[in-house]
Parts: sequence; structure tokens; C-alpha cells
Amino acid sequence: MRTNIHIQAEDFDVSDEIEALVADDPAAGAVANFVGLVRGGDGLGALTLEHYPGMTEREIAKIVAEAAARWQLCGVTVIHRVGRLEVGGRIVLVAVAAAHRGSAFEACAFVMDYLKTRAPFWKREERDGKAQWVESRTSDDAAAERWRKT
Amino acid sequence: MNVLYFAWVRQKVGRGEEVVEHLPALRTVGDLAAYLRARGGGYAEAFADMSRLRAAVNQVHAGPDMTLAAGDEVAFFPPVTGG
Repeated sequence: MRTNIHIQAEDFDVSDEIEALVADDPAAGAVANFVGLVRGGDGLGALTLEHYPGMTEREIAKIVAEAAARWQLCGVTVIHRVGRLEVGGRIVLVAVAAAHRGSAFEACAFVMDYLKTRAPFWKREERDGKAQWVESRTSDDAAAERWRKT
Repeated sequence: MNVLYFAWVRQKVGRGEEVVEHLPALRTVGDLAAYLRARGGGYAEAFADMSRLRAAVNQVHAGPDMTLAAGDEVAFFPPVTGG
């Protein structure tokens, strides 16, 4: 299975990434992707993302490996940006290629839900000229919890 | 041990990393947190409420009962907020 994990300051091109993920892979019949953006409209000016180099890549690799153990996948790309991002900017891309859409959709949601609760990133908001760390949300824990095997 | 701090924990303690000797009393992550809190000042602030903190040992998420060894990389940080 193809795995691409990148932590970077630079922006990414979604269609280029999807094309690269399925290039020369005739088994890939579906790609599902999620793009997270900096949400504005409520006084937010920009976000700054900090991470734990080394652990971030390891955690994301673990999440991708767990997805590959649950679903038959052809490839997974995870790109997460760090540094200062303005409203409307792309933060994260998760793209999953599989033979069929069911696995692609589910694995994409799974990777994103676990990334939100396990990958060591922290957001700081700039709002009205003041910087403040974003608090974690219990709804994110609940989203990851729903994938727990009973 | 190399101890790392991230996000507001880093800001409160005033540094991103430091070396802490692995004393026998520092058996677990929880012991290390209590030891750092006892330094007072920004450390006391950062480690005041352990329910707001998370930890990792050697880049793997770890609870307060995780045992420590000399040479470990231990990180303290708030609950993650990426994505």
C-alpha cells in the first residue's frame, strides 16, 4: 500500500496529490478525500500550528497502519501544514484510495477522526489582535471513540 | 532524560526542552510532573491541573503511571487540537 505522510509549511494541491496517489495503480477504483480549512467569519484572523516533530509522523503512520488493517486500501496520503495559516487556508488533506467507495469513505473518516485526537498538533488563534491556544473538544474524542471495536 | 514542552506548557515553563537527571524518585511520568510542579513559578502554573495535560514517552502517548528510564524522551503538552 502506498503511504505518503508529510508535515510541511507549504500549501498543497489537492488534485495533484490525488493523481499521484492513484498513478499507475489499476486496482484503485475510488478515492475519498477530506480537506480541513481555517474557518473564519467569527473574528478569527489566522491560526498558527505547532507540532511535535518525530512523534507527529509516527502517530500518523500508526493511524494509517490501523486503517490499512481494517480496510482493503490501495493508498493513503496525509498532509498536515504547520506554521501560520490565514482564514480559508488549507490545513490538512487526507486522501484514501481503495478498490471501492465504501472502504475509501470509511477509512478517510477514520484517519481524520484519529488524527484529531492523537496526532500532536496544537492550534493558536489570533482573534482581535490577541493570541490564544485552542482548547480540545470532547466532540472530537467522541468521533474517534465511535471507531472502537466492541 | 530529555524533557520537552509544547504549546502553552512550553510558554508557561519558558523553554522548549531541558535535561532532567533520572533520579530514583522519578519512577513514573506522574512523579516527574510532580517534581517539575514543585519547582514553582511557571512550572507550578503549567503543572497545576494534570487533567489538562498529556504526556508522551519516547514519542508514544503515555499515562501518568508509565515508568521512566535514563535517556528517555518525555514530553508534556495540552490535549491535541490539530486537523
